[in-house]
Amino acid sequence: MNYPLETAALVIGTFLALLGAAYAHDTLFAAHMWVLFLTLGISSIVMLRRVSFAPAGAPRPVAAKTEYFDDVIKYGTIATVFWGVVGFLVGVVVALQLAFPDLNIEPWLNFGRTRPLHTSAVIFAFGGNALIATSFYVVQRTCRARLFGGNLGWFVFWGYQLFIVMAATGYLLGITQGKEYAEPEWYVDIWLTIVWVAYLVVFLGTIFMRKEPHIYVANWFYLAFIVTIAMLHIVNNLAVPVSFLGIKSYSAFAGVQDALTQWWYGHNAVGFFLTAGFLGMMYYFIPKQVNRPVYSYRLSIIHFWALIFMYIWAGPHHLHYTALPDWAQTLGMVFSIMLWMPSWGGMINGLMTLSGAWDRIRTDPIVRMMVMAVAFYGMATFEGPMMSVKAVNSLSHYTDWTIGHVHSGALGWNGMITFGAIYFLVPKLWNRKRLYSLQLVNWHFWLATLGIVLYAAVMWVAGIQQGLMWREYDDQGFLVYSFAESVAAMFPYYLLRAIGGLMFLAGALLMAFNVTMTILGHERQERTPGVAPAGLQPAE
Amino acid sequence: METYTALRQFADSWALLAMTLFFAGVILFTLRPGSKSHANEAAQIPLKED
Repeated sequence: MNYPLETAALVIGTFLALLGAAYAHDTLFAAHMWVLFLTLGISSIVMLRRVSFAPAGAPRPVAAKTEYFDDVIKYGTIATVFWGVVGFLVGVVVALQLAFPDLNIEPWLNFGRTRPLHTSAVIFAFGGNALIATSFYVVQRTCRARLFGGNLGWFVFWGYQLFIVMAATGYLLGITQGKEYAEPEWYVDIWLTIVWVAYLVVFLGTIFMRKEPHIYVANWFYLAFIVTIAMLHIVNNLAVPVSFLGIKSYSAFAGVQDALTQWWYGHNAVGFFLTAGFLGMMYYFIPKQVNRPVYSYRLSIIHFWALIFMYIWAGPHHLHYTALPDWAQTLGMVFSIMLWMPSWGGMINGLMTLSGAWDRIRTDPIVRMMVMAVAFYGMATFEGPMMSVKAVNSLSHYTDWTIGHVHSGALGWNGMITFGAIYFLVPKLWNRKRLYSLQLVNWHFWLATLGIVLYAAVMWVAGIQQGLMWREYDDQGFLVYSFAESVAAMFPYYLLRAIGGLMFLAGALLMAFNVTMTILGHERQERTPGVAPAGLQPAE
Repeated sequence: METYTALRQFADSWALLAMTLFFAGVILFTLRPGSKSHANEAAQIPLKED
């Protein structure tokens, strides 16, 4: 199939990147435009080499129009696995950099640059690709309609990968606007906005063209995720660039308004990217894998409305004891605590979907993975509101407890539900009878679970010790410990945390191998868990 | 009146009331008598094919 317009756009984009490099206002922008030039240039060459020059009028091979547009989902699944491994690997590296500062290799691989590389790689590259791929899969199946917009789906996928490449290389070059989880500068932000609008068009279009009268609840969650992320991204990144050919921009907000806007964004990135979107996965893939409808559909509707009505107000809890007005801090705390109800309602709904099929936890490692994900959803959403209470926050804030909390949510909930969805999707998408190996899934499950438990438990101890050391006064009112002493005390914990991360990475590598072998069409001969091996007779 | 003050007063009076009523309405609508069979039908959607 030929893509004349798309190829032309790539070539023009390559040329514009070259112009950007030539007329750059600063050297970093020039360097970043060279990266863009190379990326788009290579893509242009690939596209040009794939053009088929059949003579005019000759019949061209036309790709058969299948019922569902699954090719882009296949690419998305592979991208999810790839970026997952990359993101976890960078995570292990940054953990080791904290334990062994000599691993900070100046200037490109300093912790200050590799840390946003890690967070963006796992949240936006791994999580984002998982969300795009699964949302495309779920919306087509539950609407019984082909993905809307034809090749727009490809634009969303490749445009998003370009965003990831530009964001990641920008961090390593030292280009950042210094807002957590929103580090990319203005021109990368504009590109993401374009891609995101296309994503919204594809998703909403499919819903409009649906043949199923009712919109299944998973699509509500996915839609809330897409719409809210668009709103958050645009508002938080309102900024004025210094030059249209330079990296630097200044935020439209100043002081505490800027801080509150940032954490309104930051917390709702957790609430809508890492929660609502992944709940869409939960409400589709758990019923599919256990072959039972969701425990209570009405509870899932209430879960949805309560979640979106409350989450949006919880952001101020990131700014306790700062210049933010007290009433706003208290508001953030109160809404965080109210979030207990929808979060636990949703967790119970997910878990109870297994009622009557509890044996599947024993026999099906994929179900086990999904159940562990929902359990971690419950634990992380219990811990979060607790930490948002001001008194608790005065101890926990700025310590490693926060990092432990984030990882029990991100590795436990987002990671595990994504792994479950990938193990469900791969055999379906590539028409395989089953996965290459279920025993490898079992290994993945235990490596990941034990890795998270080690990680979170160590960070609790580390965080509480840190917080107590910082606030320890002697009887004359002097601080007992210098800050450097509290840093030195963290060494054993940082080492153990790196081991937990390494276990999680090892599990992901097993997944990458398992998925590759499944795609290549291999099946490992092994005993299915829970089924007696052939040839064994039951004892009389 | 200053724009900020006006918007602020609107936000924490009528807008707050409207959102609360909408939220309560959605919950009541979801739990209305007779909604259960619709909900059970909708819950079957993912299991219908493939």
